[in-house]
Amino acid sequence: MKALERHRKLTAIWASEPGIRGWFSTVNHTDLGRMFLVTAFFCFMVGGLLSMLIRAQLATPHSAFAGPEIYNQIFTMHGTIMMFLFAIPTFEGLAIYLLPKMLGTRDLAFPRLTAYGYWCYFFGGAMLIFSMLFGIAPDGGWFMYPPLSNAIYSPGINTDFWLIGITFVEISAIAAAVELTVSILKYRAPGMSLDKMPIFAWYALVTALMILTGFPPLILGSVLLEVERVFGLPFFQADLGGDSLLWQHLFWLFGHPEVYIIFLPAAGIVSTVLPVMCRTTLLGHGWIIAAAVALAFLSFGLWVHHMFTTGIPHMGLAFFSAASTLVAVPTGVQIFAWIGTMWKGRPELHLPMLHILGFFVTFVIGGLTGVMVAVVPFDWQAHDTAFITAHLHYVLFGGFVFPIFAGVYYWLPHFTGRRRFFHLGELAFALVFIGFHVTFLAMHWVGLLGQRRRISTYAPEDGWTTINLISSIGSFILAIGIAMILIDVILHALTASRGRRNPWRASTLEWAMMTPAPAYNVASLPHISSRDPLADDPDLAVRLARGKGYLGDPGKGWRETLTVDIASGRPDMHVIYPANTRLPILMSAVTGVFFLSLLLKFYWTVPLAILGVAALAWKWVWGLGLRDDPGMQPIGHGIELPNAAAVERSPGWWGTVFLLTANATFFGSLLFGFAFLWTVAPGWPPPVWFAASPFALSIGLFGALIGPIAMRLAVRKNRRGGSAVPAFVVAFLAALVLTISCSTMMLRTPAPSDHAYGATLFVLGGYGVFHAALAALMICFLVARVLHGFTSPARRAELPIVGLWVDYASIIGVIVLISGHLPGLVL
Amino acid sequence: MLLVFFSFQGKRAAKDEASQVRVWIVGLGLIFPMVVLAALLAYGLVVGERLLPREGANVVSVHAQARRWEWTFTYDDASEQETKGTLHIPAGRPVNVAITTTDVIHSFWVPRLAGKLDAIPGRTNILRIEADSPGTYEGTSAEFSGAGYDGFTFQVIAHDPTQWDAFLKGELNEGS
Repeated sequence: MKALERHRKLTAIWASEPGIRGWFSTVNHTDLGRMFLVTAFFCFMVGGLLSMLIRAQLATPHSAFAGPEIYNQIFTMHGTIMMFLFAIPTFEGLAIYLLPKMLGTRDLAFPRLTAYGYWCYFFGGAMLIFSMLFGIAPDGGWFMYPPLSNAIYSPGINTDFWLIGITFVEISAIAAAVELTVSILKYRAPGMSLDKMPIFAWYALVTALMILTGFPPLILGSVLLEVERVFGLPFFQADLGGDSLLWQHLFWLFGHPEVYIIFLPAAGIVSTVLPVMCRTTLLGHGWIIAAAVALAFLSFGLWVHHMFTTGIPHMGLAFFSAASTLVAVPTGVQIFAWIGTMWKGRPELHLPMLHILGFFVTFVIGGLTGVMVAVVPFDWQAHDTAFITAHLHYVLFGGFVFPIFAGVYYWLPHFTGRRRFFHLGELAFALVFIGFHVTFLAMHWVGLLGQRRRISTYAPEDGWTTINLISSIGSFILAIGIAMILIDVILHALTASRGRRNPWRASTLEWAMMTPAPAYNVASLPHISSRDPLADDPDLAVRLARGKGYLGDPGKGWRETLTVDIASGRPDMHVIYPANTRLPILMSAVTGVFFLSLLLKFYWTVPLAILGVAALAWKWVWGLGLRDDPGMQPIGHGIELPNAAAVERSPGWWGTVFLLTANATFFGSLLFGFAFLWTVAPGWPPPVWFAASPFALSIGLFGALIGPIAMRLAVRKNRRGGSAVPAFVVAFLAALVLTISCSTMMLRTPAPSDHAYGATLFVLGGYGVFHAALAALMICFLVARVLHGFTSPARRAELPIVGLWVDYASIIGVIVLISGHLPGLVL
Repeated sequence: MLLVFFSFQGKRAAKDEASQVRVWIVGLGLIFPMVVLAALLAYGLVVGERLLPREGANVVSVHAQARRWEWTFTYDDASEQETKGTLHIPAGRPVNVAITTTDVIHSFWVPRLAGKLDAIPGRTNILRIEADSPGTYEGTSAEFSGAGYDGFTFQVIAHDPTQWDAFLKGELNEGS
């Protein structure tokens, strides 16, 4: 078969539907990565426009440009859009687009989940932006501190838009994180062991794991605050046993890792692009990975440094101040490794390199001011002033936007297959660099002179007029620069001439394909034996297109790929992907109906939406699977692999593991909240304790014990060729008993709206009910699969997945029941 | 920055990778920041310790209660005195301000006297301030609190001993 014929056949199998219809049904990572990036840059423009409004307002004293009501919405939305609708989705989009290409495979682990995540982001973002158009946008500052954001002090719908819209958008972050983790660990080219994995994949892996453990506290906080606003459960009200500091802990438990979730992908871009620009390899590859992992761990121990002024005991301050300065060490390791790389090679001043230099200058200054505010006495003065605003812009613009621009210009030839022609980019970089530093250096200064953040106006006698004017002028230079980058990129995409393959002479696999990338990425999968496959074999792309690698035969008409053993990179499974479908957009739309019903208080549509999501999810998983045993699949070079339906640990099992990791973090945060309120909040102990019922407790514990045992029996029975249905029935009944036990706990909690104790138990019970009922539903699904002939001793992959959910429901069920009943039994 | 700049200059004889790792990563990346940061941290902790409110015979206790958008100040030494928007303190003596709020979170900040400390519902935070000389010091609330946040400021007036006595006896006119 000729390369061209193979290209046509593979394209017919992998392509999305033509035209605009394809947007709604595509599950292809190249398409969805581009859609993520374009949407995220649109949001960047919206957020940027808001920042110009802020600077217009602050340019002169006693400005009449916008009143505080509007101004508060503007700065809240600026922060919210930049953090949640620009930074995180840009990482997701770039990683979704690049990773399968860099890892030498054809798509991500769960293509439909990619699409679902995108549409959740799209609908959730649209909700937030529409709220702004109608002038009812959130106005409590992007970190939404209660009590200011509770129903008493923010009675309007504004805050609900934030809490519900952001939670909706977070679904996409969690979805992408699960997807990226499993893809990086399992979906690589044969032979690519962990140590041969490209550095960007390492950064993306660390970032994805951080999203899985960093976002759940925020989701929990948002859920609790929304429940407080709507149903009056007093989690954050001090007079009813709640505590507003709980929100700050949950928020910054997310918020500080968030900074590194934003920075690490950007560092990944720098580590990828910089060596290519310097015609060398990265200095200290292993050190950099270690530094990234160290940053990830340390970043979870820093959150209190956002709360130095809340009256935390001095020992606590000392600990978190130490941790905050310590985090500068792994950052320093990376910075010096990059500088060492530059010394080792011969830097060439291409446009991406200019942006990397911009990153160095800006980020190092941001890091230095960061060390300054990590010193507690300094922070007591600088906290909540424009100095902090300036610091965080140095870190985020320096640490994220400059590297992203470097990445955009570096991979632009890959996106478009064109050669740069209009050299607007250099001038644009100069404007961005100058404009940025004028704006924010001035802002440091005015912050030290005492200007608070978030004020809508100031008086001439404050003495801030000139500095603010300079800062505003700088911001408009910056905005012109960014507009020029946009024009440059659009002109490039529309008009520039065709470029050659691999214009930068890079050594990573994403350049081993034609550009723009075909829907299937690579006509055959390479065998990887070093970290720089294209440097070893510059003709690799041609050999792959000729089908010399693995899975080069498109004859069966499947979207095929393979997975590898995590550490060694030895191939271990053959995978058939689902094809184009509108199911993801439909399911995210129904998810949107759920959130919108909550927002607009149409409570009768909430259960309908939940049923709709459950039905669609059922259809979603039903569409997978095989009715006949697949047998061993040849992948070329004489290797045969089992299909993913015929293994114990399928991709779905791995995805479940990481989804449950995020879920467990959510549950852990809830327990943390319970313990925090109990020990720290004023207004405890509660007036009445939960009346423990040894009977309800023991039947619940019994159900939690029996469920996992029955599931294990079912797996064993199925493997030996017997019927698993009786064991499923037992497991189902056990899950049902656990559901009932948790619901009685929910119903019997002492008035949840009277005290945070009852409120927390109510939510804990609800969490238990949800998971036990979900496990029961999944067991029903398995019974239906068995009856329709989807399982056999070979086709066994689905059983352990449900087994994981049953185990999880049992573990959290036991903890929920004990934390509810035990105080009543003991006290 | 200089290191970045010089990397563009002509190349010397290339060293082997291991020694480069030693110089750049271990030397400049690990040891250098550790030493600098440890020194900085120690300094910060010592200074922070000195700023803590400690017991002392000379300490004056006042209470600052925030609500949107007004501070109300009361005084342990003169229970009938209550001032709004202006806190009176004696100059040259340490003052403990007990900070509370009746509604949302606020922050008590007099930049020239001390750092800021938050007013949090259900809690009382104690801030130590001390004015070296009599005079008027501007203060603001430094935690965003909604629509009236811009103008949410107050004053601290530090008095010499005679005026402070007069204030405690209620003989001092507002604004003098």
